[in-house]
Amino acid sequence: MLQVSDIDTYYGNIQALWGVSLRIDEAEIVALVGANGAGKTTLLNTVSGLLHPASGRIEFCGKRIDGMAAYAIVQLGMSHIPEGRRLFPDMSTRENLQLGAYPRRLWKHKEKTLEEVYKIFPILKEKESQLARTLSGGEQQMVAIGRGLMSMPRLCIIDEPSSGLAPVVVDEIFQIILRLRNEDIGIFLVEQNVQQTLEIADRAYVLENGRITLGGESKELLQQEVIRKAYLGL
Amino acid sequence: MDIARVISKRSSALWAPFLILILLASLPLCAPQYTIILLTTIFMYIVITVSWTMFSGPTGYISLAPAAFFGVGVYTSALLGLVLPLPAIIGIGGLASFCLALFVGALTLRLRGTYFVMFTFGLVELLLHFVLWWEVNITGTTGRVVPTVNNTKVFYFMLIIFVILMFALYTIRGSRFGLALEAIGQNEDAAAHTGVNVTMVKVITFAISAFFMGAAGALMATRWTYIDPKIAFNPLLSFMPVLMAIFGGMGQLYGPIIGAAIFAYLEEFLITRFPYYYMLIFGTIMVIAIVYMPEGLVGLIRRLLKSSTEGRHART
Repeated sequence: MLQVSDIDTYYGNIQALWGVSLRIDEAEIVALVGANGAGKTTLLNTVSGLLHPASGRIEFCGKRIDGMAAYAIVQLGMSHIPEGRRLFPDMSTRENLQLGAYPRRLWKHKEKTLEEVYKIFPILKEKESQLARTLSGGEQQMVAIGRGLMSMPRLCIIDEPSSGLAPVVVDEIFQIILRLRNEDIGIFLVEQNVQQTLEIADRAYVLENGRITLGGESKELLQQEVIRKAYLGL
Repeated sequence: MDIARVISKRSSALWAPFLILILLASLPLCAPQYTIILLTTIFMYIVITVSWTMFSGPTGYISLAPAAFFGVGVYTSALLGLVLPLPAIIGIGGLASFCLALFVGALTLRLRGTYFVMFTFGLVELLLHFVLWWEVNITGTTGRVVPTVNNTKVFYFMLIIFVILMFALYTIRGSRFGLALEAIGQNEDAAAHTGVNVTMVKVITFAISAFFMGAAGALMATRWTYIDPKIAFNPLLSFMPVLMAIFGGMGQLYGPIIGAAIFAYLEEFLITRFPYYYMLIFGTIMVIAIVYMPEGLVGLIRRLLKSSTEGRHART
């Protein structure tokens, strides 16, 4: 579904990604792990069109998307749930979710999609008229994911969903991510929480200093000595 | 609260603006000329302030370009005043500003914060000096004579511009477009993430708001008989809408209207009574207003209403 081939991305003169290649298939959870500053968010932003690669090729559902604007990529069925949630703080839960269905094609069906999202997050229906900034951290993350789902994506990019949340809430969020995979949505997941992420992911890539250094089945990666030492502290 | 009161409250919210409008429209039949002229000025300020709020309110981009768009309208009127009928001039003045705003917006709305503020103000100065240079070096005369129009007619046209503006604002507010606009103000990156074409939404709104400023300028020019670049592109007109909107409060649709109405009247009152000190008094009032009413008149009214209903609940 998503094919990234040999991309280089720069911030001005500084190269942040070096020849990155990866692939995500339908209804598959693919994790991206790496230390702070490895370029994880840069990679996600390049895929979703907020940054553009200097060279290389990105294809999504058979269409070339590098160079396309972010809003156009959303319309193709990719949604990016950014790090730190980035809600609209003074708008209601409902309005936040509705904005996820902003592309005109989706706006017509927004009430129906909203019902679907409320089925996944019943708590959000209870709090639909509450302002987003008054929600708890976990609820805010749910709104962020729900907003991403409102665009009825085939691929969901989720950046650090566990940051700043209590362990119990993190478990809940991870359960939801598994559930999305079962509803045939591909997931590209970036996480600091390496152990838990590798447990739910089908495959994973390791990003170091802007280069992919390892990739494969996540169960196998969990066994590898390098990973256990560098990321799991074992 | 019983049902009868709910219904009467809702219908009054709908009918009150209509009643006020009819009242205003019938004013020229009985009121003296002075009142008509004063009301035209007040409505000019209301139109500029409300159209400024249309863009800068939800997005938080503080534009200091109103004087530029207004001035473009003024000059359109001066150039075409003898050739075309008034409604056409107003329309063309608005369109000219609309086009200028599209062009400038596409160039600058990628800028954020202070840079945007500086640029928009620079635009006023740029246009002023460009037109001045043009008149000195190319046409050889500064300033132009504008054919005058009857005061009552100007008043009616200003009222029509105001009504169309309110209609446009109301339509945008409840729409998908309006929601996107508000989202941009709250978190522009997140808006882009959710698939809003942020640049397009900003540029179009900026241009629509400029349309009304240009239309107001084209109409007001007919009141002045003589204009030159310094009158047309008066920087004060860039600051006034900002002050008036803050004074009124931007949270509600009616805030900028009240703010502009009171401020415009205050200006007239102070100029006639204290011609030498009026700016000083004006400034003092502004400072006091910002310190004691951070959310403007609207915020003050809401606070008073809240405390009065709370008081009532406490008693019962």
